[in-house]
Amino acid sequence: MNKTEKKHEVTQNACKLCTPLGACLALKGIKGAITLLHGSQGCSTYIRRYMISHFREPIDIASSNFSEDTAIFGGNSNLKTALTNIIKQYNPEVIGIPTTCLSETIGDDVNMIIKEYISENEDENLPEFITVSTPSYKGTHIDGFHETVRSVVSAVSGHPGEKSVNNSRINIFPGMVSAEDIRHLKEIISDFGLDYIMLPDYSETLDGQLWTDYKNIPEGGTSIDKIREMDSSAASVEFGKSLDGTESASRILSERSAVNTFNTGLPIGINETDKFMNILSEISGRGIPEKYLSERGRLIDAYADAHKYIFGVKAALYGEEDLVIGLASFLSEIGIIPVLCASGGNSGRFSEILFKAVPDLSPDETSVYSDADFSDIEEQIKFLKPDLIIGNSKGYSISRSTDIPLIRTGFPIHDRIGGQRILHLGYRGAQQLFDKAVNSVIEKRQDSSPVGYSYM
Amino acid sequence: MSKKLKDASTIKEEILKQYPPKVARKRSNAIVVNDPAIDQEILSNVRTIPGIITQRGCSYAGCKGVVLGPTRDIINITHGPIGCGFYSWLTRRNQTKPETEDSENYMPYCFSTDMQDDNIVFGGEKKLKAAIREAYDLFHPKGIAIFSTCPVGLIGDDVHAVARDMKEELGDCNVFGFSCEGYKGVSQSAGHHIANNQIFKHVVGRDNTVKEGKFKINLLGEYNIGGDGFVIDELFAKCGITVISTFSGNSTLGAFERSHTADLNLVMCHRSINYMAEMMETKYGIPWMKINFIGAKETAKSLRKIAQYFEDKELIETVEKVIAEEIQAVEETIKEIRPRTENKLAMIFVGGSRAHHYQGLFSELGMKTVSAGYEFGHRDDYEGRKVIPDIKVDADSRNIEELDVEKDPELYKERKSAADLKKLSDKGFEIADYIGMMPDMEKDTLVIDDISQYETEKLIEYYKPDVFCAGIKEKYAVQKMGIPLKQLHSYDYGGPYAGFKGAVNFYKDIDMMVNTSIWGLIKAPWEKEKQPEISANFVSGAV
Repeated sequence: MNKTEKKHEVTQNACKLCTPLGACLALKGIKGAITLLHGSQGCSTYIRRYMISHFREPIDIASSNFSEDTAIFGGNSNLKTALTNIIKQYNPEVIGIPTTCLSETIGDDVNMIIKEYISENEDENLPEFITVSTPSYKGTHIDGFHETVRSVVSAVSGHPGEKSVNNSRINIFPGMVSAEDIRHLKEIISDFGLDYIMLPDYSETLDGQLWTDYKNIPEGGTSIDKIREMDSSAASVEFGKSLDGTESASRILSERSAVNTFNTGLPIGINETDKFMNILSEISGRGIPEKYLSERGRLIDAYADAHKYIFGVKAALYGEEDLVIGLASFLSEIGIIPVLCASGGNSGRFSEILFKAVPDLSPDETSVYSDADFSDIEEQIKFLKPDLIIGNSKGYSISRSTDIPLIRTGFPIHDRIGGQRILHLGYRGAQQLFDKAVNSVIEKRQDSSPVGYSYM
Repeated sequence: MSKKLKDASTIKEEILKQYPPKVARKRSNAIVVNDPAIDQEILSNVRTIPGIITQRGCSYAGCKGVVLGPTRDIINITHGPIGCGFYSWLTRRNQTKPETEDSENYMPYCFSTDMQDDNIVFGGEKKLKAAIREAYDLFHPKGIAIFSTCPVGLIGDDVHAVARDMKEELGDCNVFGFSCEGYKGVSQSAGHHIANNQIFKHVVGRDNTVKEGKFKINLLGEYNIGGDGFVIDELFAKCGITVISTFSGNSTLGAFERSHTADLNLVMCHRSINYMAEMMETKYGIPWMKINFIGAKETAKSLRKIAQYFEDKELIETVEKVIAEEIQAVEETIKEIRPRTENKLAMIFVGGSRAHHYQGLFSELGMKTVSAGYEFGHRDDYEGRKVIPDIKVDADSRNIEELDVEKDPELYKERKSAADLKKLSDKGFEIADYIGMMPDMEKDTLVIDDISQYETEKLIEYYKPDVFCAGIKEKYAVQKMGIPLKQLHSYDYGGPYAGFKGAVNFYKDIDMMVNTSIWGLIKAPWEKEKQPEISANFVSGAV
């Protein structure tokens, strides 16, 4: 059974969130930034509510608070009032303005409104404005995320004048990963002796500390001035095979400023992490640091130790396409068969990219499902009978009804603590995923055995 | 000894000082230093100023999420792009108990037409119809409800026409639509009203089967969050009171359809459901009474009010027996916990009734609610229903339909004479009435409508409360300042908190929160000489 196309009209238990949510998440990775959703206030309330349930951090998202007459006559004056109020309350360095289905449907020209606002307030010290078009009827949260990263780079890069390339600095576009993943990436890059500009970097803003002084905008994130310097970096590293060949942020930098791009899969598991390490090695001219060689060694040792538990085990995966591809690559190298790779997204290339990125997979063994909802996923799981389910919290009810363990990865995770601290990337992330996967299998066997083994 | 309250007018001035004149004027009317001895007006149910970060949600959230969400056998289809349906998918933690394992329960499902750009351009009615057909073929539900999101009204999709067509086509399925686009009204409150209207119009009164029972009531505005409704149902059962329908915790379409056969409507959350109580009184002659099952004292009082309403000696005795039985655990817990909670300060900023209801629980612990306000309340929720004739109807409220309801020629039945009702009213029974939150709060407490993030920070800095009650959006910002936040929408995934059993749960949870040692760990030992000071230098002004 290898379905790739949705046959029904009603989406039952969606496996995707809306485009503006992805934009809000990406904007949290810019220093001193505040987000203003241009639309009705429910959007910012719902999105705040949802992101906070995963990150357990304060997340302020303003709104231009459309009312019925705004919906009819346009959001010009509401948007300007909102901008002035945000500037006065937050004194932000950046205001990110994603649109919503409401403002897009009525056709508000946000860029023009911003232009007007700037000229009406030319004496004021205004922040940087980043507009992003994110109608929720186009694409999913991951598209909103990438579109935002692209819009930020497009808005500030390519400034005129001579630039001297900084050979020891890279741009890194990690994609939608956890706060812990971002922290680990920084560590790895630094260990290669490289400096970096990360976009987005919400590792502190969305996984911060308690405050003794109240902060209206949490500390952390990459400053817009740093992002401006992206066009003089030695190279861009972009995670996510689905972005390869698209109008992505790194493509903009390569076209406008000839910054060399390395597009690679999310470094999940040994093979994909090796590729990332090699890229860093090539850019920095240094070998892979001893620390990572040891991590890699320990990981392979663990693979060997636990092989007997998991060889031939079947898993069902769902999530954003690139995350699923990364996880599938990791699973296939440890002997787990990803019998289902599902995504609520629909780039149109999911299947093609997956089988290319993970050559060990075969369409006979792996069903690929784009634009899937959880009713599709449940149907497939009941048919394929995997031993493990790997994905976000939304698969819990399937896990419960089928009695198949769920390993939580990605976003959203709102039924466990620490979703923002799950490490997926690098050898270290693979080690953690590996231990979790193996122990889930062992636990299931132990619990369902009548003997009550105490050695497994 | 009770702690003397800090002066509320000082903090009010300080908050307003930082706003530009126009905003300050508006906010000044929404912040009231309370004096229960006099009538005070509060500005509420008005638009939030763009760019001011609010707790409020939208009309869709109030309609689909709050009122219709807890009914288990209606398939709710969100007509719109995917976000709204996803975000309202089981997020309110309403519990339900289907009669049998095989009985219908669609609450774990989230259905959406998942509109794409071509639907926005060419219209989504066709897709909506196909989605309804599909949902029907899959589940054969008794009812399908359609909820409109922002773009629907703008592109001109007529969900009501689609509902009519599909109801006819399917034959045995009640299909009805809600024009609850997110931009309607000023908060989720508009959505409550829209939900009340459509349920009243399309569902209530369709089944005249009269359920066995001597004292038949409907419980209105109880959504069974964290199992609150189950606790109340258990109390009713013990007392011999028959619940015909709850609006809408643990409810079914069938219960709504029969709800006009009850003899008394009990209103819990006044804001979200008072329209239904009024309309049912007009059409069917069912009187309504405000009650409150949050807090042990209020629960006992409410049960006694119900018993006296029915004027039945046996019921009055049973109720007393039940109260005596249940109150024991309450008293034991209070005795143990109160020494640790006495004189602590609470603040409550939620809902349209909870900010009022939960004050009783805190006072049972010896805690004082120093400041409170609603997220989406109207003046009558603050000042009492007596102000309703004076409330100005603005453009945002005018957009919400007011149904023209008349006495039903066949089904109208007088339950109690006007004179008898007046007698109960005179005894303070809140018959067709609600006295509101402000008369119940102490002098010099601070009442704030639609509190903003900035005002929250100022309040915390000034009063340093021991617990702050709001929702998940506020939780982590408040906790960053070292103050525990109790979520009163989701109960921090705990509860139930209603009735006597719920009160015991609440006391324990609050004890745990206000007496945790975690906040003492913020400063490392080598930093401890310096005392932490939270300072909020937040806003310089807004227009």
